[in-house]
Amino acid sequence: MKSYLLPQFAVHRDDDRCIRCKVCVSQCSFGVHAYDDEDDEIRSNEGACVGCQRCATLCPTGALVIRRHPHEFRPNANWSEEMLLDVKRKAETGAVTITGMGNDKPHRVYWDHLLLNASQVTNPSIDPLREPMELRTFLGRKPDGLLFKDGRLITDIPPQVMIETPIIFSAMSYGAISYQAQLAFMQAAQELGTLCNTGEGGWPMDFRRFGRNVIVQCASGRFGVDPDYLNQAAIVEIKIGQGAKPGIGGHLPGEKVTAAVAATRMIPEGTDALSPAPQHDIYSIEDLSMLIYALKEATNYEKPISVKIAAVHNAAAIASGMVRAGADIIAIDGFRGGTGAAPRVIRDNVGIPIELALAAIDERLRREGIRNRASILVAGGFRNSADIIKAIALGADAVYIGTAALVAMGCTLCQQCNTGKCAWGITAQDPYIAKRLNPDIATRRLVNLVRAWTLEIKEMLGGMGINSIESLRGNRLHLRGIGLQEWELEVLGVKGAGQ
Amino acid sequence: MKELDKITNPFGDDKVIANCGLFGMMSTKGRRFSGQDAILAMANMHDRGNGLGGGFAAYGIYPEYADCYALHVMYESMTGKEQTEHFMRTTFDVVHNEEIPHRDPANSGVAPAPILWRYFVRVPKNVLKEISISRRGLDGGIKKESPRDGIRDDIDDIDDIGRIKEAIEDNREDIEDDYVVKQVMTINTGIADAYVFSSGKNMGVFKGVGYPEDIGNFFCLEEYNGYLWTAHGRFPTNTQAWWGGAHPFSLLDWTVVHNGEISSYGTNRAFLEMHGYYCCMHTDTEVIAYAVDLLARRHHLPMDIVAKVLAPPLWVSIDRMPEPERRLHTALRLTYPALLMNGPFTIIIARQGEMIGLRDRIQLRPLVAGIKDDMLYLSSEEAPIRVVCPDLDETWTVKGGEPIIGRLGGRVITGFEGFRGDSYEELPSTAVRGASGR
Repeated sequence: MKSYLLPQFAVHRDDDRCIRCKVCVSQCSFGVHAYDDEDDEIRSNEGACVGCQRCATLCPTGALVIRRHPHEFRPNANWSEEMLLDVKRKAETGAVTITGMGNDKPHRVYWDHLLLNASQVTNPSIDPLREPMELRTFLGRKPDGLLFKDGRLITDIPPQVMIETPIIFSAMSYGAISYQAQLAFMQAAQELGTLCNTGEGGWPMDFRRFGRNVIVQCASGRFGVDPDYLNQAAIVEIKIGQGAKPGIGGHLPGEKVTAAVAATRMIPEGTDALSPAPQHDIYSIEDLSMLIYALKEATNYEKPISVKIAAVHNAAAIASGMVRAGADIIAIDGFRGGTGAAPRVIRDNVGIPIELALAAIDERLRREGIRNRASILVAGGFRNSADIIKAIALGADAVYIGTAALVAMGCTLCQQCNTGKCAWGITAQDPYIAKRLNPDIATRRLVNLVRAWTLEIKEMLGGMGINSIESLRGNRLHLRGIGLQEWELEVLGVKGAGQ
Repeated sequence: MKELDKITNPFGDDKVIANCGLFGMMSTKGRRFSGQDAILAMANMHDRGNGLGGGFAAYGIYPEYADCYALHVMYESMTGKEQTEHFMRTTFDVVHNEEIPHRDPANSGVAPAPILWRYFVRVPKNVLKEISISRRGLDGGIKKESPRDGIRDDIDDIDDIGRIKEAIEDNREDIEDDYVVKQVMTINTGIADAYVFSSGKNMGVFKGVGYPEDIGNFFCLEEYNGYLWTAHGRFPTNTQAWWGGAHPFSLLDWTVVHNGEISSYGTNRAFLEMHGYYCCMHTDTEVIAYAVDLLARRHHLPMDIVAKVLAPPLWVSIDRMPEPERRLHTALRLTYPALLMNGPFTIIIARQGEMIGLRDRIQLRPLVAGIKDDMLYLSSEEAPIRVVCPDLDETWTVKGGEPIIGRLGGRVITGFEGFRGDSYEELPSTAVRGASGR
């Protein structure tokens, strides 16, 4: 069948600059560039281009410009080009459209409608370059209060994990990302004194030395879960849902299940790795409680147990149930959270923004008097340090970053993660492509990003006259809304600017 | 429902901001003396206020009614007074009531005064019984103790902190205190034109709109004799003058005078609301008072530990502490992070038999201490102390986060002394694992 899909990107090559070095040919994993020996010319198959900018970035003479293809359909406010192409694609394949990364629709980003406070006159701002600024954070259930008897503390403190910055690397499984990428996350988490999350794809044996800095997941596929997996980690997370695909399971195609991936996931090589949509031993809240306590038993009550859900309409009530079911940490993933592969229609239409879910959950847990019983981790589209500090003011204990971390390693959000062809080597399983991601350089880039954000958070905290992040947590008085409607301000629990 | 916030904070700001002068003096031997010195000291710090609020708290001033709650009430109308007195007749045994003695406001240099009345009341016996029965009925697990028994002796068998807390709260004093707090809140939020501004036993708060020395003179404080006085002169930046908005702020026999602005106010308030404190006045001082009430009265933490919650050591210091102490401070910070008072403050907290001075941990507001024989002085400046006591034994600038505690019958405690030495040995193991390898 002749495809009616037009190319999405146009490749412009300045022939005067091109030196025929063929870097673009070797670097493009989508087969766009080809060298013609006879004509000494490099030709481009634009239809295959995904706009990842790998070739343009590495071209030594700057000869390449990749831009949106200028072709234009007749303008139509109802039928955008994207919609036309999606209909045509389905007409040609009869299949669900699969994509990678997070929701790319222009929904309101509430972070951009929240403004921070600063001290003037009546209290002094604090200079983080001269005075201590504390970001240390403890994840885990906190006691209702402390009891002393005869001068002795007699309250047992539930297990806690201490992190030095409230930024954690989000769940990305080995299989969805490459071995090199996961190694970079673990090295960076160790250097930063924070955590990274293995995702649900198991945990390679030679990464277990990073246990102190690792959250392992127990998801519906139960890949790689055994006593050592649970006990070597700092935190065990039960994954119920993911922001990019609430209510949907996972499917790692057999082509990506190499021998190493198979061993890590404890499945046969080359078979599809299927994660069912629900956990088939959790059909209700009491089932969740049983799994939480099974994991606590398996880890001798020495590790906080986290439960991760996608931000959905009644997330506040669900979160309350999770805390009462025994979760020490609740992780909420908003609808802008990324994915290695999800049906586009789910990614773009299901779930709610993390800002609103977080505000509602923090408020609900406070009103029920149980906010101290669980830490709140939030995920889903954190783009900068301001987003993070605003999340903390809305009540989060710490923030998961996924997409931003991938961007730090080279990702350009071309949304091809599911194809396994990632030209930047991040989500590729083909050893030839995956090898282009140098784990040590990627580690350095991740550490730099988090360090820079941490410094920026300290600057903003100091400006507010606060020298410890715990004094900003849930402190919505330091936020004001701008350009928001009454109901949005109410859900966020903040006043409007100038009020 | 009356919204106190509307009166205290008419412009609807996040919180009421005030910067101030503080003074406190106490005889640790319980020697009683008049309010003259406190007035003199405050006059010396005249310029730290702007005439929009001044006040005093005095302890030991009502020995003849020592077992009664002394309710000081201000009324804006006779209707408010009638309604309140009707309410009190149904909720308390009123032992005695009278107008709070004062001079003519016009000649005292203070703003026009509300009706000022005081009531000495007891909690009726039948109320006490009903409450304790209904409480014990809800609590199936621990029936063996009567309300008068000290529960604290029995907690060895009980693991669950919630049950211990219920058990501890199940005793007479707390029941009475909680009852009084509830009635005071009912009057303050429910009855128009009435505001209870002092509710402790054998103590009283005297405050109003004017410079503190004028307020002291207006209330004839030179005629009272107390062993502990605290005082406050106010420089509010965003509130209209209202008699109830002056300091000290009080709850039962706790009083707080405060100089500063708490940047962590929103966090503090959210946490206290979770524990049932309705912050109806939107002042920093109110959250400090509630925080102290929660920690010291309801959670039974010793005062020097309370100070370490409000102004904890920095992590860089905690990390250098020896193991048991490090663990204790870690436990405090991870359990009560929301009660850290961040931003500049100095407070003088007082209750029956105790006066505590505390500065924020990075010392953004001043506090000077002085000692002469059995007298402990705390002040925003050294000069007022010298005015009332020129030949001090000792005077020093108080360090941030280090409480100065004066106790009746005891010596003055400086810093953190309550938990030293072998008392750490039996601490339970806390499973805190650091991602940084600490």
